[in-house]
Amino acid sequence: MSKIHVTTSVNGDAVEFLCDPRETLLDVLRDRLHLTGAKEGCGTGDCGACSVTLDGRLVCSCLVLGAEAEGHEIGTIEGIANGEELHPLQQKFIEHAALQCGICTPGILVATKALLEKNPDPTETEVRYWLAGNLCRCTGYDKIIRAVMDTAADLRSDMKEAT
Amino acid sequence: MSLDDVKTSGFKYVGTSPDRPDGVDKVTGRAKFGADAYAAGMLHGAIVRSPHAHARIISIDTTKAAAAEGVKAIVTRADFHTDLSGENWNIMENVMAGDTALYDGHAVAAIAATSVLAARDAAKLVEVTYEILPHVTDVDEAMAQGAPIIRAGAADNSVPDGLHPNVVRYHESGHGDVDAGFAEADLVIEDHFRTEATHQGYIEPHACLGTLGGDGKGEMWCTTQGHWNVQKICSALLGMETSQLRVTASEIGGGFGGKTTVFIEPVALALSRIANRPVKIVMSRSEVFRASGPTSSTSMDVKIGMKKDGTITAAKGVFRLQGGAFPSAPMEFTAMCAFAPYNLSNVKQIGYDVMANRPKQAAYRAPGSPMAAFAVESVIDELCKELGLDPIDTRLKNASHEGTKASYGPTFQRIGLVETLEAAKAHPHYSAPLKPGQGRGISCGFWFNFGGETSVSLALSMDGSAQIVVGTPDIGGSRASMALMAAEELGIPYENIRCTIADTASLGYNEVSHGSRVTYASGLATIKAARDAVKKLCGRAAAKWGIDPEAVDWVDGCAVPSGPNAGDFDPMPIAEICKRMGSTGGPIVGHFEASPEGAGVSFATHIVDAEVDPETGKTSIVRYTVVQDAGKAIHPAYVEGQYQGGAAQGIGWALNEEYIYGKDGRLQNDVFLDYRIPVASDLPMIDTVIVEVPNPGHPYGVRGVGETSIVPPMAAIANAVSQAAGVRMTELPMSPPRVLKAMDDAKGG
Ligand code: FES
Ligand code: FES
Repeated sequence: MSKIHVTTSVNGDAVEFLCDPRETLLDVLRDRLHLTGAKEGCGTGDCGACSVTLDGRLVCSCLVLGAEAEGHEIGTIEGIANGEELHPLQQKFIEHAALQCGICTPGILVATKALLEKNPDPTETEVRYWLAGNLCRCTGYDKIIRAVMDTAADLRSDMKEAT
Repeated sequence: MSLDDVKTSGFKYVGTSPDRPDGVDKVTGRAKFGADAYAAGMLHGAIVRSPHAHARIISIDTTKAAAAEGVKAIVTRADFHTDLSGENWNIMENVMAGDTALYDGHAVAAIAATSVLAARDAAKLVEVTYEILPHVTDVDEAMAQGAPIIRAGAADNSVPDGLHPNVVRYHESGHGDVDAGFAEADLVIEDHFRTEATHQGYIEPHACLGTLGGDGKGEMWCTTQGHWNVQKICSALLGMETSQLRVTASEIGGGFGGKTTVFIEPVALALSRIANRPVKIVMSRSEVFRASGPTSSTSMDVKIGMKKDGTITAAKGVFRLQGGAFPSAPMEFTAMCAFAPYNLSNVKQIGYDVMANRPKQAAYRAPGSPMAAFAVESVIDELCKELGLDPIDTRLKNASHEGTKASYGPTFQRIGLVETLEAAKAHPHYSAPLKPGQGRGISCGFWFNFGGETSVSLALSMDGSAQIVVGTPDIGGSRASMALMAAEELGIPYENIRCTIADTASLGYNEVSHGSRVTYASGLATIKAARDAVKKLCGRAAAKWGIDPEAVDWVDGCAVPSGPNAGDFDPMPIAEICKRMGSTGGPIVGHFEASPEGAGVSFATHIVDAEVDPETGKTSIVRYTVVQDAGKAIHPAYVEGQYQGGAAQGIGWALNEEYIYGKDGRLQNDVFLDYRIPVASDLPMIDTVIVEVPNPGHPYGVRGVGETSIVPPMAAIANAVSQAAGVRMTELPMSPPRVLKAMDDAKGG
């Protein structure tokens, strides 16, 4: 089957690739671009391990075709830190022991970053419902929720100080 | 080791919760998990699986598949070693069916091709002709007269005469006279319980990358809890020498016991041997559910007699576990754990290992114990209710303690059950008021914990920093625990230590990361390896000073002259000794190799509040508290994490999770949408209390903590739900329709 030529941007870098029409964005990110931070936990949109942003919107990359990336901006876990400097969420996840095995962590970080950009002051319930599409089998979510709430509080006080 | 040799206080690093050494890798996406490896010229594998629960394989025609674009190799059972017996034969049979497909999803052939899609497309072209056989998936049905026989002659000689051939192993243990004990009781309650199979549900599917060249040397990269075990089994299944296969463990995306065996690893190697190229195989989620190991399903009868004052006079349990189409159900663990929390004069437990047309069960966190606790702790709850007794006081009255002859035989050393019960009783949760429609449940839980073969080496660098090499994959922060223990012994900062998980060529055999053994056994080995290195460091200082090595102490990262030489020389820091190691005797490396046997058993008590919606039967967990003995918490935040994770998995097992088989013997819910594990919005915060009753078998008193945490939840939740719903729930999961029906039946009756 002939391949499709796609021009897109990943974490701000211009990227071109050829893909089979059946390949998902997740397949392309991992197998063609070797950005393996997004994980495949299910391939059916149920676990959120493959979470990325498409033009800023949170999506399951296993439910997007590679060809659909044409002309859009993709954001992945690899683009969250600013060089050596971790995003506050990344730092708090480490501090709060919010990861055990860490396989869900990239997806959860991408998802919570999207949440905090939309809603800088979420309640615990809002965080829990926002993350209801991101499965974690190790932590029972307790420390994840705490890390997110703590980051949000810090970011809010940073913002206050800045103004 | 006696308790006197256990260091229980005065720690500088142990007992703190620093950032984990692999934290940055894991929050940036840099950490390499099973599916994250690629190799030049790599092929992708796909597996052809049986759609039937039980079927004779008449023929496998691969002609069309072999001709498909990109296909480089095809294997069937004929491509594996033939001279196998015992568990190796069972694993082989599970990895690739022989004459008969034994369950829905059983592998029958595999393809390697130049892309994932090409491999999957070609797999569809393999033509397998089956003769469908009658099947059975239910444990009680599989034991009944007339049930289809899974494999004649599979039973061992423990099985009493007259049982169905699907009953393949039998266990009986206990002490005293249960009949006399029941006669002494004021109240005897007996009930029947059932639990469905659940899956470990690790978010990372099985994945591997294998290379086996014409030179007979192999390389394997895979996600596993134990790469030496992968090495041992794969080499046997491929008929090669163990040492010729080097296995490297990737980062592991959860295991919970389910990654203690092999599924696709030997297949990748067999395909690679034919294609002479690296082969990667990654399971889909559906394959994980259908063909990797879930737990056993169970059918249990538990009978307990109690006096009016709460004293248990006798206890008896019969535990029937279905473990798939192979002898493997952990029924002896179920039987042995069932009554372990209680100090009983009369106790008897019987276990049956039953085969059925399901995938080979695999270990899942304290394998076998949670089911037993569900049945036993439910009956105790019912007795307390009938006799008007407090559930914690009653458990305290009967609790096992140091010197108790355990229900499964040995005499307990120092254990912490009473302490967990007392801490639970004192916890504000236990006395908090309940709202209407809510119930509160209590349960105890027990797990043995294991030691096993362990080998650790600790090499010092010339700048006085240290590298620990361990052989147990880090599933939940164990690198941090190892580094903390090494820092404590060496007296150097935690940050100056790097902990690496070695491949199979770099250390002696290491038993799988299971049985809650890592912090205990690899931890003990790390401490001993560090002490070995310290001895050598002291020796170098002694030589320099010209004094007896025995007269040198190690204090805060420095060699210090002691005894008659005290004060004669300035303390010599580790960096100074290490700087000169090349000219003072060569590299300084500490080792430890042994099979430590002092893994202290672990107990927990859980408290849970549940609310049942009378309209829908849906249960919400409104408050949850885990109290568990850790012996000594090395990295408390990760100990809490183990408690919380176990509780969350237990909540899933109690309320939602189950394998659902259709009449056709096919698994009906092989995706996360239908096999629903708890999501963030299903759970409350999970409160934890770490009790520390030191284990005499570890230098710092550590007990494993990973498994006991999943033992009490189902029972505790069942007790809470039964109270809230006003009817005793005896079957798991307590899904909304099941609870609703029980409530309706209770009203009707
Ligand atoms: S892999 Fe995309 S949601 Fe699970
Ligand atoms: S940390 Fe293992 S799945 Fe979340």
